[in-house]
Amino acid sequence: MSLNYTKKTLDYFLKPKNIGEIKKPDASATIGNMVCGDQLNFTMKVEKGKIKNIKFLSFGCASNIATASVMTQAVKGKTIEEAKKLDWHDIVKDLGGLPQQKVHCSVMAIDGLKKLIKDYEKKLKK
Amino acid sequence: MKIYLDNAATTKLDGQVRKAMLPFYKEKFANPSSIHFSGQKNNLILEDSREKIAKNLDTTSDRIVFTSGASEANNFIIRGVMEANQDKGKHLIISAIEHPSVYDLAKDLKKRGFDVDFLPINNKGIVEVDKFKKLLKKDTVLVSIMAANNEIGTKQPIEELIKLTKENGSYFHSDLVQAIAYEDISIDKLNLDFASISAHKFNGPTGVGIAIINPKIKINPLIIGGGQEGDYRSGTYNLAGIVGLSKALEISCSQRKENRKKVKEVRDYFLKQLKKEIPDIKINGCLKRRLPNNLNIRFEKIEGEAILIELSSKGIEVSTGSACSALNLKSSYVLMALGLKDEELNSNIRFTLSKDTSLADIDYTITNLKKIVKRLKSFSPIK
Repeated sequence: MSLNYTKKTLDYFLKPKNIGEIKKPDASATIGNMVCGDQLNFTMKVEKGKIKNIKFLSFGCASNIATASVMTQAVKGKTIEEAKKLDWHDIVKDLGGLPQQKVHCSVMAIDGLKKLIKDYEKKLKK
Repeated sequence: MKIYLDNAATTKLDGQVRKAMLPFYKEKFANPSSIHFSGQKNNLILEDSREKIAKNLDTTSDRIVFTSGASEANNFIIRGVMEANQDKGKHLIISAIEHPSVYDLAKDLKKRGFDVDFLPINNKGIVEVDKFKKLLKKDTVLVSIMAANNEIGTKQPIEELIKLTKENGSYFHSDLVQAIAYEDISIDKLNLDFASISAHKFNGPTGVGIAIINPKIKINPLIIGGGQEGDYRSGTYNLAGIVGLSKALEISCSQRKENRKKVKEVRDYFLKQLKKEIPDIKINGCLKRRLPNNLNIRFEKIEGEAILIELSSKGIEVSTGSACSALNLKSSYVLMALGLKDEELNSNIRFTLSKDTSLADIDYTITNLKKIVKRLKSFSPIK
């Protein structure tokens, strides 16, 4: 089985970005679960329509942690509308590719982002 | 620094074995089926290897069929016996934790109209004799139960199972791949009809194995054309591999007792340190009835592949049953059969030691493992 991670993916796994939990977040979302072997918990702070801070916790494999790192880095400082445009292909490209069976990790990071934004917009309406 | 703790996957080729093999890649390259003198000289070496192997397994040389490895041996024996003995019946029993080359094959046979039963294991990782008795039927042709498991290392009560199988008039096959390096196995004393062995699990080369057959029992070949191995298995002989297998088995059998003792001492030290240094760990499967080189450990709240990759970044090489690391993204069916809950299936690491694993290797592993578990737990969402 080919499971060759790029150096960049390994670096992000060993030194992940935006790890943790934001206290009193403007939005939060959990995606995946322990049964599928991957779980990500996101928290986000928004100021003047821009993502001021975004953090995550992970029960997951190396690529789960790396893709969540890339995703959070990519949207930090962006407007919500800009963040919505981020695609899983962008994450895979940024990492210099992912093993075939690991591409779903990048999809999961994007799904987590979508869920997070949805939670934010729902709270905004209230 | 490299600490290799994945010896159930493969082992390092022994230097003496390599040396014994080399002439057959150089000047002694002749095909043992050729009639000229070089060919016939190699034929003598082939038969001499077969004799030595038979002696080390305590059986006769007419029962040894060389194959490309144990997956082929498992396929050949199970499919070959089931297909050739349909006058006897169509029922096959295997355990729920057999190697994929038995497990998936049994599923394939089931699809093709054979009647297959999967004998469950208890929460210790061992099949129960009472449950086995209930599965035996009048038309049971073959039972295939491994001597020891590749993931959790648990040893099965094959002696008792063989006896019951024979009383039922059925045949018994055992996958000996993991057991052979550490267990004293006499094919004839055990009254085993069929067995499978692979050279690279005891410091021999990859690409060569043995199917132990019983010439009195009907079996269809898997590979046809050429007629080698008395028509049981066609294909040009991998003579270098066979010589290597013979040498590796000779060394392994002569050192078995001391290796067993030595490996167990290091393994037990490993477990003691794990328990002392790392919180929230569980052992998968019974510790007592287990191969001396195996530890399969669950690290709660963190994911197995992440542990594996970080260990690998420190030069420590292990294996995991985690769904994340599997091509089909499915968790280990062995751990499922053991009764692990869904949320427990993706946090397991298999450590398999060898005779070369030292206490210093274990200390280095523990030091790193401690840091890795702490780091991964620090950002786990599981409380």
